[in-house]
Amino acid sequence: MTRPTVDLRPASLPPNPPSRPMLTYLARPQVIALAAVLLVNWLLFPGFFSVTWQDGRFFGSLIDVLNRGAPVAILAIGMTAVIATKGVDLSVGAVMAISGAVAAVLVTSGVSAPVAVLAALGAGLLCGLWNGILVTVLEIQPIIATLVLMVAGRGLAQLITEGTIVTFSDPVLIFIGTGSFLGFPMPVVIALVLMIAATLIVRRTALGLLIEAVGVNRSAARFAGLSANALLLIVYTFAGLCAAIAGLIVAGDIRGADANNAGLWLELDAILAVVIGGTSLMGGRFSIPMAVLGAVIIQAMNTGILISGFSPQFNLVVKSAVIIVILVLQSPLMAQAFRRRPSATPPKSGTPQ
Amino acid sequence: MTDTPVLEARGVVKIFGQHRALDTVDFAAMPGEVHALLGENGAGKSTLIKILTGAYQPDAGELLLDGQPITLRDPLHGQGYGIGTVYQEVNLLPNRSVAENLFLGRQPTRFGLVRRHEIEARARQLMAGYGLDIDVRAELSEFSVAVQQIVAIARAVELSGKVLVLDEPTASLDRTEVQRLFAVIRGLKAKGLAIIFITHFLDQVFDLADRVTILRNGKKVATQPLSTLNTTDVVRMMLGKDVAFEHHPSSLSSGARGAVRVQFQNIGRKGMAPFDLAVHEGEVVGVAGLLGSGRTEVARLMFGVDASEVGTFEVDGKPVTIRNPAQAVAVGFGFCPEDRKLDGIFGDLSVRENIIIALQAKLGWFKALNRDDQIELAGRYAEALDIRAANHDMPVRLLSGGNQQKVILARWLAIDPTFLILDEPTRGIDVGAHAEIVRTINRLREEGLALFVISSEIDEVVAYSNRIVVMRDREMVAELTGDAIATDAIVQAIAGTPQEVRA
Repeated sequence: MTRPTVDLRPASLPPNPPSRPMLTYLARPQVIALAAVLLVNWLLFPGFFSVTWQDGRFFGSLIDVLNRGAPVAILAIGMTAVIATKGVDLSVGAVMAISGAVAAVLVTSGVSAPVAVLAALGAGLLCGLWNGILVTVLEIQPIIATLVLMVAGRGLAQLITEGTIVTFSDPVLIFIGTGSFLGFPMPVVIALVLMIAATLIVRRTALGLLIEAVGVNRSAARFAGLSANALLLIVYTFAGLCAAIAGLIVAGDIRGADANNAGLWLELDAILAVVIGGTSLMGGRFSIPMAVLGAVIIQAMNTGILISGFSPQFNLVVKSAVIIVILVLQSPLMAQAFRRRPSATPPKSGTPQ
Repeated sequence: MTDTPVLEARGVVKIFGQHRALDTVDFAAMPGEVHALLGENGAGKSTLIKILTGAYQPDAGELLLDGQPITLRDPLHGQGYGIGTVYQEVNLLPNRSVAENLFLGRQPTRFGLVRRHEIEARARQLMAGYGLDIDVRAELSEFSVAVQQIVAIARAVELSGKVLVLDEPTASLDRTEVQRLFAVIRGLKAKGLAIIFITHFLDQVFDLADRVTILRNGKKVATQPLSTLNTTDVVRMMLGKDVAFEHHPSSLSSGARGAVRVQFQNIGRKGMAPFDLAVHEGEVVGVAGLLGSGRTEVARLMFGVDASEVGTFEVDGKPVTIRNPAQAVAVGFGFCPEDRKLDGIFGDLSVRENIIIALQAKLGWFKALNRDDQIELAGRYAEALDIRAANHDMPVRLLSGGNQQKVILARWLAIDPTFLILDEPTRGIDVGAHAEIVRTINRLREEGLALFVISSEIDEVVAYSNRIVVMRDREMVAELTGDAIATDAIVQAIAGTPQEVRA
């Protein structure tokens, strides 16, 4: 590298990065993994891809994967933002139970469904805010801060339902869990809308970049004038809201609030979906659509094992094997191995040095 | 020096991609000598060091230990041969005690149990040898960077029997500590250790080293005894040109300054005496003082990193509230912190994002800079500050220290600041980038910016300051202006014989 003299500015023009073509999107490990899982499902069950139209809505295994995967996908949307800040939210499963319990108890006591839904969402927001306050104001490590609500939340939900499974027949709540819009199941529609809205919000505003900055280096974020605490509060509150939405869907699906089982262990699936989606637990770069894709991959595996007739015990083993493969594909080691080959071609003349 | 070198590299070559980081370089460290290794960033110093310690394997050439060819798999393997290293950034466990850090991996045990008392006793003894009387049971992170550095050196000295590589060991130390460290190094030299010493402080090279090897652009320029060289020779060999700080320009006399940009009145908090300071348009207020004199604390109070318990802030005559950095940025303050890696850069974010982040934070969440704005801004400031990066989408952590510092500077210039605080802006960066930063400070002053610059290097402070505030014991003890600005006057003030004591 030649040293420029003081008054002679170097022609330091950074080459504009090439806009990412569709092809590289399709070549991502997550997309390949999903394709592979779907292919295996199809081999095990030839009717996997057949979708039929019946009673004004689509039916089929593929639709079923999306429908079943929706709650985890919704959790993953909120979880992505949390993990991008180098945090984690273990309480989302319990918040789902709280949200379902609030909605169910309110409608059974005669409150109108929209009010019950709003109250459930409000409960989720409050839970998220609580996590956020523990993380920011009290500076508790996220995994411990949210563990508090993970344990206490399920107890709260049981207190709300008074230890019983509160069933309801309110059509609005049931519609949220089992209805359809334009032929697609409501959970899928909700997850899709939420995914698009969240992605647009973080990418069209500066929130995405600022969240990544906080995740990469919280101290530097503070020195750069970012309101890191406000961002963290928003992120945890949003995760709580997502959990409440997922809770409503699950409650509507079974027409009741089961405080013991609603959302049980789903926080782990959500974290897994985010990690499969390529967001590092060390914080920083994140992708909401990829996390949703991760949730779909997980559900496709679950469904595949179910319809193939294997015993469900295989589920966990196969799942972990597939996850290991995906994570290896994403590792820096593999990235290096893939990158080495193209760099063997002669460099462009514009390459520095 | 008739004996064989302890550690020798012959014709080593290291290639990264298309770039020859080292091109047939010979290097030999003799027993009982301090061998300085000099060169700009990118000259190949780090690469050579990494080859000598086993972190990299050379693509060509060979390594010889006591005349026997060796191949080092990794630094641990090198350590086994007696080659110890202390890197620029302290590489210890901040949450373990000093004693544990010193003996980690080789704790004296009895029946498989760690003998805590013996570790502590030996650690205390070891630290006493470095003139440090500290509580070795306390967590390492409770001590200053300087003490941590000494602990790291002590550990490496303990581990290495033959060769000790010191990569910028003095970057965080003040003068007294440097002398203390040099005494230790001279002791080790007398014991026959070969010491390879990398630093950016040329005076330290002349003070300590016997021979010097100078690298430039991956090639060896020369290896010579220092007794045959003077500073100008060394700088010329490093850069292929002369750089010297311009002397304090006479136009900087106090009469020429503009209106008051920022005014701090009675700002302070527990453990820090309240201070008053006004910084004018087109003025650089330099801060001189030893490590721990309260230099950084003043900067943190000014920027709201620590909230002031008393006092008022004024910007352009209007009172403002600064209780956190976001408020400081909102009124146009910028702060290049002392610890770049910890408080400055976002390692995984791109150069472009690192440059625009403060402006984006100032604009708020909803006024997002679009990609074209970002590319334009990053391009403009990268060019103005001559930031050398292959492209602006690469993670900033891949840049050299000097370029990272410029990125942080660019970040603040992008917000069009009223007042810029620079805490040790030239620490740990090479001579060329160093001179560039000093020139940039001068240029910003000429453009009318108000600056507050902290530096341990008095010559440097003298080179760009209109006014110098001297700090001692967490208090501003003296202020020098105009002709009073001179190195010896500052030294006197720091030492406690100030010429003008502020009330």
